[in-house]
Amino acid sequence: MTPLAKLLEAALFASAVPVPVDALRAMATHADDGETTLESALEELRSHYDIDGHGVELIEVAGGWQILTRPEYTEAIERAQLAARPQRLSAAALETLAIIAYRQPIGRAEIEEIRGVGAGAILKSLHERGLIDITGRGEGLGRPLLYGTTPSFLEQFALRHLEELPRADELAIALRAPRQATPTSAPAIKDNGEAPPRAD
Amino acid sequence: MDDVRAGIADLGVAQTATSEVFVVELAEFSGPLDLLLSLIRDEQIDIYDIPIARIAEQFLARISTLKLDEAADYLEMAARLVRIKAQMLLPRREGEDVWEDPRAELVRRLLEYQQVREVVDVLERRSEERRGRFARAYSQQTIQLPVAGPLRISLPELLSAVDRVLRLARKPHVHDVVPRALDVDGAIGIVRALLAIRSHAQWKDVLPRNAEPWEVLSVLLALLELAKRGELRLAQPRAFAAFEITRDSPSEAA
Repeated sequence: MTPLAKLLEAALFASAVPVPVDALRAMATHADDGETTLESALEELRSHYDIDGHGVELIEVAGGWQILTRPEYTEAIERAQLAARPQRLSAAALETLAIIAYRQPIGRAEIEEIRGVGAGAILKSLHERGLIDITGRGEGLGRPLLYGTTPSFLEQFALRHLEELPRADELAIALRAPRQATPTSAPAIKDNGEAPPRAD
Repeated sequence: MDDVRAGIADLGVAQTATSEVFVVELAEFSGPLDLLLSLIRDEQIDIYDIPIARIAEQFLARISTLKLDEAADYLEMAARLVRIKAQMLLPRREGEDVWEDPRAELVRRLLEYQQVREVVDVLERRSEERRGRFARAYSQQTIQLPVAGPLRISLPELLSAVDRVLRLARKPHVHDVVPRALDVDGAIGIVRALLAIRSHAQWKDVLPRNAEPWEVLSVLLALLELAKRGELRLAQPRAFAAFEITRDSPSEAA
């Protein structure tokens, strides 16, 4: 492996959370390995793990990179009580999270309107788990708190960035042609019809 | 008679059993829209043409065994359904174009909610994928909780332990503040001497070259003091600009 690939491997190993691309790039610049670029070094490390057959692999997630164990060893690791899988979120929590991911920044009232259920307790527990954060205050009565997703959300849902979520018009329900009894505008998760999170 | 009684008792048992099942079932729904969608799916109903009377009835039946306080959100939906049902019963003229379907808002919400459910499916898949891999963890220190009970320790032992800790603890570094008295009187002398020669002066004229902070403060206080005594006037044409100092001796003013 090139010196830069080795350096990145060490850095990724040392961190328990994904290392942001910017931090890796800063390290690469500092190391000044004129021959190798950050991208080629990461690719080298990834194929090193993939081709030579390692118990870990290099994953791009949450705007950074992370070394994770391969799925086939999860059970054995858990049985040996070396690590435990995090608890699954409830359906209600996932729904709330889905709404926030698409409509952030969003206030509690709007979430409750979409789900038809109170959201206070769920918001609190999502906040405690570090999946959402308060991103500001909205206009209007009482200046309600607005919520958005965190980098930890991306990490725990294996997303490189928010744009990786399906666009509203890619969801199956949006493809159905509206019939007589439907409102004129096609339903979209984003009410302003603006392109949901996706850059390309 | 006995048969009838037995029959009623059986019925009661059956009802309790059913109601328990209901509560368990409802816990599986994440809200009234979820329950409604599942009814629609079970009945294989076209979401765009909901037989509202039937669905309202079934919805009420499903939530009837819930306690009120737990089912407030469901009751609100039930009330909504009943209202839509009533609106559907209102007569409308044949061939009337602009008939607004009272179910339209409900359909919109159901579709919106169904989209949310689709995203939830995606999130669930993704999170399963991630749950199947471990990141490197921080090493967890297992903390041995002390056994409850009084400590068996003598006073000398305790004191020597305290002594050991205190000897180990470094003396905290305290920042030394050097007292540097301001020389306001000296600065007043400088300013007066200057104004004796010139009637106008600038801030930089009265300030020594490479002035230290204490000198700057001294001059500032001296100027303010002299201005208070009426010996000079201070003007600042705009914010952060240099002072302009003008002689204003009491004799002249008089």
